[in-house]
Amino acid sequence: MNRREFLQHAALVSGATLVALGTRGWAARLSDAIAGNRRLIVIFLRGAVDGLNVVVPYADDRYYQARPTIAIPKSGQDNGALDLDGYFGLHPALAAVLPLWQNKSMAFVQASGSPDPNRSHFEAQAYMETGAPGDTAVSSGWMNRLLGALPGPHAPTEALSLGTALPRIFTGPNPVSNLPLGRNAGHPMPIDRPRVADAFDALYQGNTMVDQVFHQGQQARSELMMDLQQDMADSYNGAPSVIGFANDTQRLAKLMAGDASIRLAFLSVGGWDTHVSEGSAQGQLANHLQALGQGLAALIQGLGSLYQDSVILVMSEFGRTFRENGNAGTDHGHGNVMWLLGGQVNGGKVYGDWPGLSDDQLYQNRDLAVTTDFRQVIGTLLSRHLRLADAGLAQVFPDGLGAGVNLSALLKA
Amino acid sequence: MTAVIRPDKRRAWLPVLVAAVLFPLSVSAWASSDAQALHVLNRLAFGPAPGDVQRVANMGVDQYIQQQLHPDSMPLPEALQQQLASFATLQRSPTELFAQYGPQPHPRGEKPTPAERKALRQRARVILQQAAEARLLRAVESPRQLQEVMTAFWFNHFNVFAGKGLDYLWIGSYEQRAIRPYALGHFRDLLFATAKSPAMLFYLDNWLDTQPGTPHAKGRFQGINENYSREIMELHTLGVNGGYTQTDVTTLAHILTGWGLCPPRGFFSRPSGFCFDPQRHDFNSQVFLGSEIAGGGQREIQQALAMLADSPVTARHLSYELAQYFVADHPPSALVERLTQQWLHSDGDIAAVLDTLFHSPEFWSAHYTGNKFKTPYEYVISMVRASGQPLTNVQPLLGMMARLGMPLYGCLTPDGYKNTRGVWLNPDAMMMRLSFATALGYGNLRLDSNGMRPEKPEQRVTQLFDTLRGLFTPQEIVKIDSQPLPLRAGLILGSPQFQYR
Repeated sequence: MNRREFLQHAALVSGATLVALGTRGWAARLSDAIAGNRRLIVIFLRGAVDGLNVVVPYADDRYYQARPTIAIPKSGQDNGALDLDGYFGLHPALAAVLPLWQNKSMAFVQASGSPDPNRSHFEAQAYMETGAPGDTAVSSGWMNRLLGALPGPHAPTEALSLGTALPRIFTGPNPVSNLPLGRNAGHPMPIDRPRVADAFDALYQGNTMVDQVFHQGQQARSELMMDLQQDMADSYNGAPSVIGFANDTQRLAKLMAGDASIRLAFLSVGGWDTHVSEGSAQGQLANHLQALGQGLAALIQGLGSLYQDSVILVMSEFGRTFRENGNAGTDHGHGNVMWLLGGQVNGGKVYGDWPGLSDDQLYQNRDLAVTTDFRQVIGTLLSRHLRLADAGLAQVFPDGLGAGVNLSALLKA
Repeated sequence: MTAVIRPDKRRAWLPVLVAAVLFPLSVSAWASSDAQALHVLNRLAFGPAPGDVQRVANMGVDQYIQQQLHPDSMPLPEALQQQLASFATLQRSPTELFAQYGPQPHPRGEKPTPAERKALRQRARVILQQAAEARLLRAVESPRQLQEVMTAFWFNHFNVFAGKGLDYLWIGSYEQRAIRPYALGHFRDLLFATAKSPAMLFYLDNWLDTQPGTPHAKGRFQGINENYSREIMELHTLGVNGGYTQTDVTTLAHILTGWGLCPPRGFFSRPSGFCFDPQRHDFNSQVFLGSEIAGGGQREIQQALAMLADSPVTARHLSYELAQYFVADHPPSALVERLTQQWLHSDGDIAAVLDTLFHSPEFWSAHYTGNKFKTPYEYVISMVRASGQPLTNVQPLLGMMARLGMPLYGCLTPDGYKNTRGVWLNPDAMMMRLSFATALGYGNLRLDSNGMRPEKPEQRVTQLFDTLRGLFTPQEIVKIDSQPLPLRAGLILGSPQFQYR
């Protein structure tokens, strides 16, 4: 690398870098550096999940009038919603997580979302990930700023991103680790051979970003390969899941269970943009929800006792139109439902200020309104679960938490 | 260096000779003509193939730029033409593909069983296979490199996902008919070609967009679908901050009602597969982006699309994208501004805008050379080109792109893949890149299904150094030469320098 390029990169080196790691982190060595064992896992449903078919207002007839072919049947009917509180019911494909509702560790916040009226997936996701809707001056992600606001010192594995690309929510000045996903993530590669690794090592001796990332990759690779041997020994117990998402969440759980330093984790899953043939109790959305539910169940099972100290937040960029469209699907909407799971959640309750579904109660006469800003939900979580002080909260959400009812009951003290 | 505003050039091929005179570079700023040649090959092509640097240095970079801007002046090599001609599905029209590989009508109106559907999809895999082979063969071997760079650029800009519904049928014909012919033409033609393509009509659901209460509003055609209306403004033309509102999205969805696919029975009447159905169209007059558009069926749709294509907001959005691709992840705003002016001046003539870009001081600034981190697609193609290995088996390349997170024709979302470093540079990806480089350097990838093994390691290394010498300092060459011989080719291709273009 020449001097010009070095100078060009020098300014960027302070930017977020991904540090890869295997399923056995460095972390155990640093376990007590961080006060508290509280963890936060954020799962982002990219593509805008239809929240009204997730937490279904089955007691409101307007719901059935608006959705003649895709409504979930009333609770008690064949393939009906799984009753939650007499008004709302859960999509029947989510039966795998119903026990969590029953043991009161799962809650929902209905009619929540971003105050920004943007119905572009990409823009809305970006705003939810920066935590500053409508404010293009904020470019780092709120989870990266959160990492900076949590008490230090920070282990390199404190924040973990699943997948190979760095999501917006984690961009920023603090380093973030990543875990490759997919079936082939652990197959031996030429770079695992010491002779090859050493030869490249001699070339990557510069000070630029690509050199640093190379060394992070090498370190992670050797850890992963060590783990792999352990994995192969373990894999005879219990059949692997057929669903990719559950595989990913199982790996995440295993990693977190084995590594005390991981406090923040993020993964995203796509396939929710149901413009056409959304289906009702069965069909496209049902299939995806079933995989999601199974993945959550696998995550929680894998976390074991850690679940007591964890909160899993499931969110999506916006909801979908209240009325189904001409193609038995739904278009981009506004308000949606956020999910919270974990031992610290006061579950068994649908939170939020339900705005209603009559024409004049809908946002722009087409979408569920947003009555709780998504930052209210996350802010409550950060202050009550991660014990972040007000100054830290202001760092994470520089534009404030927006509007909404008091949600302090959402989490145990 | 000063900014050079090119004179009015409505037709870019006229001043080929003049351009050499106008060429703004002070050559002294560059160490050698080889370095200039390497730079244009890195940006206008997918990197140099053996002999390219010398050839371009000899002809002069400006001559090379003019050639590349006018690809029809360069014939495709006979062997490549023959290979391309052997891909039968690429010669078929969308309707022929639908008839041959699409869902088959059942005699008694029964629905096909899941097993039948699966068998059909299996059979149709040849379409994707041939599209991918043709794309990669052209990218590696076509002398019309800029055309291939821009084909990949525009395909990505107007992304269509092969895995959505019937789009597996049309992905190849989309690229062949709607993208490549216009890759260096006028943006408006490109926009219209994509807007009328079955692949796009299906991918973004506009084939379903229907005015409720019209005579043909029945069955699947029940109402407004605003998916395409939103993305054409947000992604294809104006850009996300392009000043349109939700009302404009909904209005455009009304304007676009009936703009879709020919119905299966009438499908065979038109090779293109595109039909406008006035019986599903909203003929009311509309106010779109502040302008009155009189109801008039296709005429009104063409008016709305032309408004989007010709908007200065579109010009700026696309100028930014071009500058980001060809110059820097955060392109200098003065350059974006000049490109925008040229865009408006030339009526959206892509070749003319690129001509301005390739002659800009920013493009030639040392600050902006070798600074674009290659996407997985660019990295893989540039390695194969530099290695000069014969390519008849593209499977290993497709596999690598997929593992690096950039499967060909596999981007699910309409915003396409990013080309900025932050997205692609991470530890895991680096390990995979270097592993792939090592395997390719060893000659272990079976890129030639005829079983031809590449030359001996000594020849491979010598040839790679000849091709890429400009990337390395003498000390770095010594460092590579001190490693075991079989590793050296892989080290060159996996070097930090080769990760950038």
